[in-house]
Amino acid sequence: MLRSDLAIIARNVRSGSRILDVGCGDGQLMAALRDHKQVDARGLEIDPVNVATAVSRGLSVVQGDADSDLVDYPDGCFDYVILSQTLQTTRRPDFVLDHMLRIGQQAFVSFPNFAQWKIRIAHMFGGRMPVTEQLPHRWYDTPNIHHVTIDDFRSFLKDRGVVIEGQWFLSGNKPRKKALANLMAEHAVFLLRRG
Amino acid sequence: MHGDERFGLDRKIRLLGPVKLDSGAEFAPVDFAYETYGTLNADKSNAVLICHALTGDQYVASKHPITGKDGWWTRMVGPGKPLDPARHCIISINVMGSCMGSSGPASIDPSTGGPYGMAFPVITIGDMVRAQAILLDHLGIETLSAVVGGSMGGMQALSWAALYPERVRSAVIIASTARHSAQNIAFHEVGRQAIMADPRWNNGAYYGREAPASGLAVARMAAHITYLSEAGLTEKFGRRLQNRPDGTMGSKSFGFDADFQVESYLRYQGLSFVDRFDANSYLYITRAMDYFDLTEPHDGVLAKAFAATKARFCLISFDSDWLYPTSESRRVVHALNAAGAAASFVELSSPFGHDSFLLDAPEMNRIVDGFLRAGENL
Repeated sequence: MLRSDLAIIARNVRSGSRILDVGCGDGQLMAALRDHKQVDARGLEIDPVNVATAVSRGLSVVQGDADSDLVDYPDGCFDYVILSQTLQTTRRPDFVLDHMLRIGQQAFVSFPNFAQWKIRIAHMFGGRMPVTEQLPHRWYDTPNIHHVTIDDFRSFLKDRGVVIEGQWFLSGNKPRKKALANLMAEHAVFLLRRG
Repeated sequence: MHGDERFGLDRKIRLLGPVKLDSGAEFAPVDFAYETYGTLNADKSNAVLICHALTGDQYVASKHPITGKDGWWTRMVGPGKPLDPARHCIISINVMGSCMGSSGPASIDPSTGGPYGMAFPVITIGDMVRAQAILLDHLGIETLSAVVGGSMGGMQALSWAALYPERVRSAVIIASTARHSAQNIAFHEVGRQAIMADPRWNNGAYYGREAPASGLAVARMAAHITYLSEAGLTEKFGRRLQNRPDGTMGSKSFGFDADFQVESYLRYQGLSFVDRFDANSYLYITRAMDYFDLTEPHDGVLAKAFAATKARFCLISFDSDWLYPTSESRRVVHALNAAGAAASFVELSSPFGHDSFLLDAPEMNRIVDGFLRAGENL
């Protein structure tokens, strides 16, 4: 059973396409795409134990870091480059996105929305950095070093001239509509291409 | 296959060849010493070639005839291991230039009736691989399910994929590199100079006389340091002193005996090596490794070496290996990505330096096993 944001990505990837999953973990999405959509999948993952698990599933995964290693991939060599729940952990999300759009014809990006109302309340009334089900880490041990909201991301894309080809929003595991997404959605998934 | 003399332990065969060498010369006839484990299946789809390292041999999983020790990779090869004779037909061949039965400088030159010595041609990693291909032709094996090797064995595995892209379905390259660095060449040159500085070397013409054992032992000692790590040496020996032959416990001799345990260990490594290895083979094989640069025939672009390959690749490096560090494996992975090849890569953590690939490494076994099985199910 795929995580909801991965299920959205899996549904919208073309059968038989070539994908690079950046931050692929143990290769769950890659394996699903390979098995159900005949996708030629490659992965990049920072954790060696995850890489070992993915390779032992028969997937092609390279141990590496999105911040430093995307530069090694040639232009336009994938149909899709996927970055799920990883953008907010990179040192330079802007460079990472530039490389994704260089390497892939299109890019899927999913991230937790830091402007969702529960987080706003925790911040406004608690006066504390929010610890929620979606963002369970404390300020000092969180891997999420670049928190981003849906509106932040949209304006970032606009500034860079990136075209949004699809957008999906989630509350818990349920899809929700575009209206008030920045306030209501816990997660966002964007399909992008170079402008 | 039962009763087929071509398969089994301790095989020897002389084939006409010739091997077309990178130097432009041709070498013939070619002797091969090799072993096979397991049975070639009906569609000949389960052949796995294991390539050995500089001082390795064909005795991957059977007793070494000189040292009496178990095979050098029984952790990887055997029943229930990633390379399993129940599933694979495993072939290991003593490389050309070596001294365990395949053609090398100590072999008899049929044109003179005496050992080749320095008349043996200077060979390359590519030449070793072209020779192996001749033996596989003889065995009736067109395609390798996998070619697997660590260190110099990894160089051969990479060369197999580059030279015979249609014959290799998967390649496993462990603790290896696509080129010898200046530092790698420098260490080898120390070893070669030690051998050649031994008066018994006699320009390579020492067969039937005393071998240049002191020179070869020093070469082995220097090289052995490069196979270990500083942390590994510290853990194993630290600055601990040897007990003296007169029974004195761990005190300095104020002389030049092996006071430190690490000295004694290295001396032992050097001395035991000369019993099983030929000094001229050491010269020829280190030379072949130093000449190794897979980019050379491809205008300096490594990706071009893999342009025609459809093989899957799995690379593994070890974080404490400073001989062929992770950066070298990454360079290969980068090239494979650029060539669009299916590549996997992991850096594993181990304190034991370059030698880690020969030691107990459960993660390495898990990765190789999964990688090979996935290839067999394609």
